[in-house]
Amino acid sequence: MAEWAAVVGIGQTRYKTRRSDVSIAGLLREAVDRALADAGVGFDDIDAVVIGKAPDMFEGVVMPESYLADALGASGKPMLRVHTAGSVGGSTAIVAASHVQSGTFKRVLTVTYEKQSESNAMWALSTPQPFSVHLNAGAGGYFAPIIREYIRRTNAPEGVGIRVAVKDRRHGARNPLAHLQLPDITEQEVRDSMMLWDPLRFLEACPSSDGACAMVIAAADSISGNKPPAWIRGVAMRSEPTMYAGRDEVSPQAGRDCAADVYAQAGVMDPRRDFDCAEVYVPFSWYEPMWLENLGFAPPGEGWKLTLDGATSLDDGGDIPWNCSGGVLSSNPIGASGMIRFAEAARQVRGDAGAHQVENARLALGHAYGGGAQFFSMWVVGAHKN
Amino acid sequence: MSAARPDVTGIEAPVYLHYHFTAGTAPARFLARLREGLLSGQRCPRCGNVYIPARGSCPACGVPTTEEVLLPDRGTVQSFTIVHIPIPGNPIEPPYVVANIVLDGANISFIHLLSDCVNEAVRIGQRVQAVWRPPEEWDYAMDNIRHFRPLDEPDVPVERIGTLPVSGPGVPR
Repeated sequence: MAEWAAVVGIGQTRYKTRRSDVSIAGLLREAVDRALADAGVGFDDIDAVVIGKAPDMFEGVVMPESYLADALGASGKPMLRVHTAGSVGGSTAIVAASHVQSGTFKRVLTVTYEKQSESNAMWALSTPQPFSVHLNAGAGGYFAPIIREYIRRTNAPEGVGIRVAVKDRRHGARNPLAHLQLPDITEQEVRDSMMLWDPLRFLEACPSSDGACAMVIAAADSISGNKPPAWIRGVAMRSEPTMYAGRDEVSPQAGRDCAADVYAQAGVMDPRRDFDCAEVYVPFSWYEPMWLENLGFAPPGEGWKLTLDGATSLDDGGDIPWNCSGGVLSSNPIGASGMIRFAEAARQVRGDAGAHQVENARLALGHAYGGGAQFFSMWVVGAHKN
Repeated sequence: MSAARPDVTGIEAPVYLHYHFTAGTAPARFLARLREGLLSGQRCPRCGNVYIPARGSCPACGVPTTEEVLLPDRGTVQSFTIVHIPIPGNPIEPPYVVANIVLDGANISFIHLLSDCVNEAVRIGQRVQAVWRPPEEWDYAMDNIRHFRPLDEPDVPVERIGTLPVSGPGVPR
């Protein structure tokens, strides 16, 4: 890393089932305008634009970056599209950061989105393959057998997923931008909700959301705005094949390697001790204990104990709150979901997270994964450079 | 009488994509064998793992695979889910079991329907066998297998799933 870079502006839309009052371009512009205002800059101050979203097939708009250039003030500027499936929000932030860290640009605007109300993600993720039977039942159908293997391996009690589902929705009720507002949700309610992909119930799965998230990332000599910057202390991406013999689908090697890399850059020795909080991509309840282990917050087989002990809960005063914003379980505009994790980590260390602020948060992890859990992107942001 | 019409905020505009799939050497072999009712995989010359359906290279070693290995239609449940919602474009009625099945002699699983069973009794390590459609219905498709059904055999210990020889689990010790 040649230059220090920091998040100086963050803008998000309110996440909702349907934003029929705006086009896709209008949705992005809403987040972008807020990010620019937060950074105290205008379009003239932006050197380049980096945009990301999940597959074009979702909304049926191919190469949407071309159509969106005007709305993002990108005409006449370098513009780049990133795509790494569900992890794209994180990867996009990292690509934007790298353009500042390399010294190429002083200020980069980055934005990600999904307008699920105009799309059919379940269909787009269930297309027939010529050499397989047509039984792809969306993302939940893919991940449920992996979750089942985690439960078998760890002997985790059945209620762990339910606990996460309640915890993240209660966190989400502190966040006025969160799609689901369920302050009174109970474990019984989750338990009684319809089984979708056994062992995953309806309320253990993420919603379908419309929304966009934007950030302004600036070089150390171009910091602006009235809020403290969130210094980018480390960034890492890793990927691995979806299918190979002996692959550990429960705790993928790429995730472990990605975490080790980003921790080394940021000087993190013990993630549970060193981080004040984490925003981790948990679209299905059981992925909290699974990622607790994959990311080294708990020894193998013991992630679920942290969850049951309340260690990851802001409401229970846990020592390492995860997904204080409500996480993907409360809002899921797919392409933006990774960037929301990165942005919410930055909000925490800027002391700007409102009712879901972790007191004195100094160091936070942002995490995203995608595809068949084969794409990983992570960053560490801090209130200070070291 | 003119009632106020609601604002038009969106219209339905379906997009259809019809692809011609160029299979490539390895999947073409796999599909051609399938039409004869045979399950054909490929062995990696470096790690020795057997892939089905083979794509012509080992994803772990990154080397071409050419050696064909014919596999039996018996295997083991590596994991599974009971699905309670319909699949877009598939008439199958929920609930149904989608299982990750490893054939004997293979080192990778594929998904298929597990039927003729009590859904709640399905388990990791369970032995299964293919139920084929009548030969006159066979095409270049995994749908030649209607589904898998449980076998009356002892479960495979978890640590052996995905490592069995072509001859199967054999006599349990």
